[in-house]
Amino acid sequence: MFSDKAKEEIQQVLKKYPNRRSGVMDVLRIAQRERGGHLVKEDMEEIARILGMQTVEVNASAAFYTMYNVEKPVGKYHIQVCRNISCLLLGAENLIKHMERELNIRVGETTPDKKFTLSTVECLGSCGTAPMMQINDDYYENLTAEKIDKILKDLK
Amino acid sequence: MEKILLKNLGRPGFHTIDSCLVNGGYNGLTEAFKHAPESIIQMVKDSGLRGRGGAGFPTGLKWSFIPKDPTIQKYLCCNADEGEPGTFKDRGIMENDPHLLIEGMIIASYAIGASVSYIYIRGEFVFGTRRLEAAIKEAYEKGFLGKNILGSGFSHDMYIHRGFGAYICGEETALLESIEGYRGQPRKKPPFPALSGLYGKPTVINNVETLACVPAIIEKGPKWFSSIGPEKSPGPKIFCVSGHVKKPGLYELPLGTTMRDLIFDHCGGMLNEGRGLKAVIPGGVSAPMLNAHELDTPLDFDSLAAKGSMLGSGAVVVMDESTCMVKTALIINRFFSHESCGKCTPCRDGTPWLTNILKRIEYGNGRPGDVELLESLCTNIFGRTFCPLGDGAVMALRGALKNFRDEFQHHIDHKRCMVS
Ligand SMILES: Cc1cc2nc3c(=O)[nH]c(=O)nc-3n(C[C@H](O)[C@H](O)[C@H](O)COP(=O)(O)O)c2cc1C
Ligand code: SF4
Ligand code: FES
Repeated sequence: MFSDKAKEEIQQVLKKYPNRRSGVMDVLRIAQRERGGHLVKEDMEEIARILGMQTVEVNASAAFYTMYNVEKPVGKYHIQVCRNISCLLLGAENLIKHMERELNIRVGETTPDKKFTLSTVECLGSCGTAPMMQINDDYYENLTAEKIDKILKDLK
Repeated sequence: MEKILLKNLGRPGFHTIDSCLVNGGYNGLTEAFKHAPESIIQMVKDSGLRGRGGAGFPTGLKWSFIPKDPTIQKYLCCNADEGEPGTFKDRGIMENDPHLLIEGMIIASYAIGASVSYIYIRGEFVFGTRRLEAAIKEAYEKGFLGKNILGSGFSHDMYIHRGFGAYICGEETALLESIEGYRGQPRKKPPFPALSGLYGKPTVINNVETLACVPAIIEKGPKWFSSIGPEKSPGPKIFCVSGHVKKPGLYELPLGTTMRDLIFDHCGGMLNEGRGLKAVIPGGVSAPMLNAHELDTPLDFDSLAAKGSMLGSGAVVVMDESTCMVKTALIINRFFSHESCGKCTPCRDGTPWLTNILKRIEYGNGRPGDVELLESLCTNIFGRTFCPLGDGAVMALRGALKNFRDEFQHHIDHKRCMVS
């Protein structure tokens, strides 16, 4: 299931810790990336085998952390809009509604072409440049409706 | 005041080791190796440095709890989980001056005798992680990490551990569980991490900003540090300002700067001239809000504690008159119920209950007695939770109710908002 590159990365991960279990978060992250944004049952089994853990333990870790999308495929672009206080004060709610309209989906949904998933998240540590969102690995800050339109257009 | 922590902010390219070395980087480390580990701990004690992660615990004292037996493995963990809403300072340090953190961590590790350290960075900080990875690699190449650092005989390895979306992992024992590959839920204390921490070994956990203060303390001396700000809360501090101000952002200022100076001098005042200040959260959402009459409060550990609030992470969230406090309380409370780790009942069941009541008040379905119900739930949660997250949820809500009770009542009585 893991590519050669991923296998090499996992070897590096295991060097960081005195035991293999500590690698579970990194290996889950690598597996999620390899699958294109989510995790499935076979991933857990494979990871359990590599790390010498029980599958249920790997599952428990994956379920605990919100950034692992267990059995929840996401679109090519996962848009995560901050809904916490600093962003809210500067209009995050309207931006979230705007985005729902533009993408024609509700928060938590994926567009039929599997291009965009829209989620709301808690504070992303970018409150001085609120309102903000994250798309895949990148932060987009000081957002306005116009800015969002341009960002979405460039991704479409 | 000369900037220590944010000297590179707004200076692109200054994060690399070459420009760091030209600008005096790692001088603190070179100096540190001239002293015995115990003298480093004494210097940090003398500086008066208190932890910048929220609790304000004296850093030198924390280090001194680590057993001195050289045969025992010890660890340093840097807390870079930065999840307290309103806070973005550690990200500022890691992205702009990663070597400052690395240098501080090597000095701290030398002082406590840790041969390995981990930086626990929140998963969303991808850019910061890349910056740190590159910086750690540079530090190895220049001989600041690895075997026999600068000929000192001290060897150290540093690794990054990425979180993946769980505010509770910022709590130090949950952080340790998370590194060990378990769900990030807090551990029972005692034993304290200084005796039994990561993998059961003596461990120091410090915030990014705390560790970033260390090189300057060693290089410029503890007196220099303790002469900045109030006697019992000395040093420079990064304030993360957000919300309704003209110039939000990171400000490195002496502790003890007043809220008024921060907002009106440094941040250019309120965002909309026509709208006055209504309330301000001084230290992240767990810290009870201050009202407009409390702006002369000095921002330091003790002055804010005296006001019934706290310096917390130094996240200052400014709200003008157009802000609905019921909505604010709901958003903050929803955050805590979302982040409750589920380990103890008062928090796991209590915080969503609070959120539901706040929701119905906010959306015009509040019932008579709901404010009293909120208060009695707070009483039942406070002090009965396994870790401070549950208390934080209560303190935040109590702060809103204390200052703006009439707004909550208005929502219930009139089924609509008082301000908008
Ligand atoms: C729920 C909760 C979340 C916390 N989040 C953080 C955090 O994101 N970063 C941090 O440095 N400390 C956080 N803390 C405080 C840590 O438990 C710990 O006190 C701190 O990392 C110690 O470092 P310091 O002494 O340098 O401040 C949190 C505490 C609690 C209870
Ligand atoms: S107070 Fe909340 S976060 Fe802390 S242990 Fe209990 S359930 Fe978990
Ligand atoms: S509140 Fe939105 S990034 Fe912090």
